[in-house]
Amino acid sequence: MRHLLSTADLDRAAAIGILDTAAQMAATQSREIKKLPTLRGRTVVNLFFEDSTRTRISFETAAKRLSADVINFSAKGSSVSKGESLKDTALTLQAMGADAVVIRHQASGAPHTLAHSGWVDGAVINAGDGTHQHPTQALLDAYTIRRHLVGLRGGADPAGRDLAGLKVAIVGDVLHSRVARSNVLLLRTLGADVTLVAPPTLVPVGVETWPCRVSYHLDEVLREQQPDAIMMLRVQRERMTAGGAGGAFFPNPLEYTRGYGLDARRLRLLPDHAIVMHPGPMNRGLEISADAADSARAVIVEQVANGVAVRMAVLYLLLAGDQRPAEAAQSGARPDRVLTDERVGIA
Amino acid sequence: MTAGPVVPRASGPTLVLGAPEIVRALTRIAHEILERNKGGSDLVLLGIPTRGLPLAVRLAARLAAVEPGLDAAALVGSLDVTMYRDDLRHHPTRAIGATQLPASGIDGKIVVLVDDVLYSGRTIRAALDAISDLGRPRAVQLAALVDRGHRELPIRPDYVGKNLPTSHHERVRVLLTETDGEDAVLIEDPDGGAR
Repeated sequence: MRHLLSTADLDRAAAIGILDTAAQMAATQSREIKKLPTLRGRTVVNLFFEDSTRTRISFETAAKRLSADVINFSAKGSSVSKGESLKDTALTLQAMGADAVVIRHQASGAPHTLAHSGWVDGAVINAGDGTHQHPTQALLDAYTIRRHLVGLRGGADPAGRDLAGLKVAIVGDVLHSRVARSNVLLLRTLGADVTLVAPPTLVPVGVETWPCRVSYHLDEVLREQQPDAIMMLRVQRERMTAGGAGGAFFPNPLEYTRGYGLDARRLRLLPDHAIVMHPGPMNRGLEISADAADSARAVIVEQVANGVAVRMAVLYLLLAGDQRPAEAAQSGARPDRVLTDERVGIA
Repeated sequence: MTAGPVVPRASGPTLVLGAPEIVRALTRIAHEILERNKGGSDLVLLGIPTRGLPLAVRLAARLAAVEPGLDAAALVGSLDVTMYRDDLRHHPTRAIGATQLPASGIDGKIVVLVDDVLYSGRTIRAALDAISDLGRPRAVQLAALVDRGHRELPIRPDYVGKNLPTSHHERVRVLLTETDGEDAVLIEDPDGGAR
């Protein structure tokens, strides 16, 4: 694995490998000394073109717990807001010696461009691009589901196991959600059965080609399918009802809540072992009621903690090993040595 | 020191220790551990995966057999040092193993690190770093089934199953029933010739 751009790139073995590594990382996070020397001397750049405090802090924490140097680069207030292109930003980062670039961009495909352009040598990690993908979020969701439902049911250690036989419902704004897209692919790869639930206006065109079922009726799905995990997606109010012609996806928030919000009544329809998930930040009273968000079944706060472990695992797997053994053999030099020399030249 | 039979195998690798010699070496190390530490109280055996862990389990069983008060299972832990290695960049990414300490922890204990082969000493350096992140033992000792020399750091084992002078290009392989289906210590010469 050289980059992490999309959950579509992960096969079952790779996904399980990341989850198992994350489990070992999580084990180190319960110690008194949480910091590991693993990535000492490596530089991770958080390149955020779109605001996201949580994802950035999560990546920053993960990199720091592995002793990497972290540079936060926010587009706001930087030269990007003065019109600098992604290419020039990337070349600057390359010159500074970034071993990994964690990129969040409002345009779908920006991380892919960065990874395949040759502008940076380091690993590229997609931290959310447009409405396309958010792979580490999907991985942390899968990790959370496995921790709660696989170990529990099998009565054994979940390490090395997939999510075969589990039913997951993903509810809400699927149209704009990179979380839903990433999760459908990853959960399917891991053998889970996914149902998307959304109002017809928030279901993307072409959803029939996705490896999942689609329903417009939340109550029906809860009653008939009895999902083991229910994942509520964030509804961005400003996206939904404002914007005039073509901008409204449902008449008003109350109607959305009645149709697709998770409240105490719907919580009771779920099986006893089911868990409630949300990628955050939550709109309490819109897609999720306070009862549901604060219930014993909600694992929303734990998802945040698991996010750090999963991102540690991804950084470890992308950065710790020798990424270019073939080139190293050809040139007869250690790849990190070559890179360092080049960087000095550019700087 | 146990004088193992040096028998060339048909395919090339030389058998240095067979199953009975490994059993004798571990029994002797167990007695040495008890003698040096005046009994088994406050002992913790930390095996370094992969093959240090089954060796630690076997040593613990011998300690418990000699000292009736000891609970073998409560003595043993595993210590994964992957994240503390200084050579991560020079190898393909390694899978991370589990670190599991005995319930009593390691604070104030005498920790005996157990590994199969002692070579450059870098694994043990990583293990010492890992231990210092986990707690503060009273003392740390080192047991190795095979010491093949070529140290790159000032590290010295306290208990050795067999001292095995080797050259750099030779490979020492330890096989254990738990992981490989048989007990044996082999030397392989990549150039083909048996020692």
